[in-house]
Amino acid sequence: MNPKLPDTAIYISGLSVQFAGFAAITNLSMEFRYGEIRAIIGPNGAGKTTLMDVITGKTRPAAGEVFLNKVTNLATLDETAIARLGIGRKFQKPSVFEALQVRENLELAIRHGRGYADMVRSRLSAQQNRRIDEVLETISLESEGARVAGTLSHGQKQWLEIGMLLVADPHVILLDEPVAGMTDHETDRTAELIARLKSPERAVVVIEHDMDFVGEIADLVSVLHEGQLLGEGSMESVRNDPRVIQVYLGR
Amino acid sequence: MNTLPEPQTTRRLSLSALATKRMGQTVEVGIVPVLILLALYLPFAYFVIPEANVLHLSLFGINLIGQIMCFALLALALDLVWGYAGILSLGHGIFFGMGGYLMAIYLLNGAYAETHVLPDFMQYMGASDFPAVWKIFSRLDVTVLVTIAATALAAGIFGFVTFRSRINGVYLSIITQALTYALMLLLFINDVGLGGNNGMTGFTTLAGHRLADVSTQIGLAVCSSLLLVVAYVGVRFLARSSFGRALIAVRDDEARMRFLGYRTHTLKLFAWCLSAVLAALAGMLYVPQVGIVNPSIVSPQLSVEIAVWVAIGGRGTLIGAIVGAILINGLKFWLTAQLPAVWPFILAGVTLLIVVYTSNGVWGTLKGAGSADKGGRR
Repeated sequence: MNPKLPDTAIYISGLSVQFAGFAAITNLSMEFRYGEIRAIIGPNGAGKTTLMDVITGKTRPAAGEVFLNKVTNLATLDETAIARLGIGRKFQKPSVFEALQVRENLELAIRHGRGYADMVRSRLSAQQNRRIDEVLETISLESEGARVAGTLSHGQKQWLEIGMLLVADPHVILLDEPVAGMTDHETDRTAELIARLKSPERAVVVIEHDMDFVGEIADLVSVLHEGQLLGEGSMESVRNDPRVIQVYLGR
Repeated sequence: MNTLPEPQTTRRLSLSALATKRMGQTVEVGIVPVLILLALYLPFAYFVIPEANVLHLSLFGINLIGQIMCFALLALALDLVWGYAGILSLGHGIFFGMGGYLMAIYLLNGAYAETHVLPDFMQYMGASDFPAVWKIFSRLDVTVLVTIAATALAAGIFGFVTFRSRINGVYLSIITQALTYALMLLLFINDVGLGGNNGMTGFTTLAGHRLADVSTQIGLAVCSSLLLVVAYVGVRFLARSSFGRALIAVRDDEARMRFLGYRTHTLKLFAWCLSAVLAALAGMLYVPQVGIVNPSIVSPQLSVEIAVWVAIGGRGTLIGAIVGAILINGLKFWLTAQLPAVWPFILAGVTLLIVVYTSNGVWGTLKGAGSADKGGRR
């Protein structure tokens, strides 16, 4: 492990988010640590996606703190600046650039929006090209590099989007329902991919409803309910928590 | 992998798509020599080919071709921002007009130096001398440079404010259209000192060449064709680079690009300013060919028409913009002479047919599947 890296990647304290009077998140405090895969579960409207929106700068909190490495206050930065700090995000619905080829999607991601002269000259370093080749292989699209992304299957688009995270090599990865709408086979493959994201220098956060999938990949599970933290622990302990059972199964 | 069950259809589709794509690329590159040949043909057609021959071109015809080339350049400029960056400007006439008006100021400088007679509208306004600021525009090279700088600055300020404020789509289109209208109203006012309603005319020389000379007019038409070629090659290079792909990505999902670390407003601003400068250059070449500039050059109608040319030709294809501008303006010049009352209905009809029956204009449809530019909306 990199000794310079602190344990805590994302530190959230007393976070509240409101939309026109509706409290999406209320006084939430939690931490995401390097080296772990964290799952966030909770019923619809629990504030899971809103939490990701706050971390990535899409939504501003009404109160509270969100820090990267305990030093950078994310609440003051915009989406671009936060992305450049190494926080990558995968959206719920696959959002690859459908008009572009698979490889071109990865090229966009590996540039981090930097180097306009290289963009105009379409230049990538040998190292960047190698990295793209590696990732194409990892996401099983090595023979589809020249294919227009819009023609990929749903599962392949999801993998391409994970690939776009991989080439950018972020410190924090946020995945919003990565296996929604996938076949069992695709889900298994995605679980493998996510397992490969795990690294001592990276924090991975996954929002997911599929409990089996969560049990398979997550080191730690946090349960959100109505914008608050209901419980935290291993999948086993969370599953047996009576409050979680009540929220999920009703009275 | 789940793509396995459908290899046959995919293979056949991709082969035909590849064929259309290759044909499309041939034509796209082919337009360069065609336009260069056209430019070379213009003086030949007038001076060498005898008048009785069908290949002979009258001065009127050559002048028309020159004007249409300016419109094609204007359409190319709009396609860069609309087709690639997704910014539908309904105000590109502003930049075209800026080029036109500044060129007119230069031309009036020349006329004044020659005749020492103030332009009519200045006399009418009671002026006794040529305005001092106008003297900046007494040389062509300075005028060109100042025009480029001024348009880039004006576009830069507008783009900086709107793109940073994340004003997009139809809101941005409405603002550009409103600004066009506002500028037109402003230019109508005599006190603005740009000729008001009647505009500016009475040009005599351009860089030492008499505008009334046949060779000057042919030269202008040739320059217009050649500038279109240069601009097309440059814009095409940019559009096909990683930068162009970043613009396409901004067009299709700007928010997603921000989460990848892109300063999307900077990308858009660059394309926007480049487009504005191209439009201004088109205006600079247009005005000496028509011999007058008046507020109609920034009429909302012209600015909307530019978008119609691009839409008819095929947005996001560059060549489509050129084809659309040539097609519609050719048709317009021909039909407004033959059937002036019917022309608006024909334009509307053609536009409707193309929007309803083709996915992306004439060129977009010819190019068919396999195009990297399809799939974009807005």
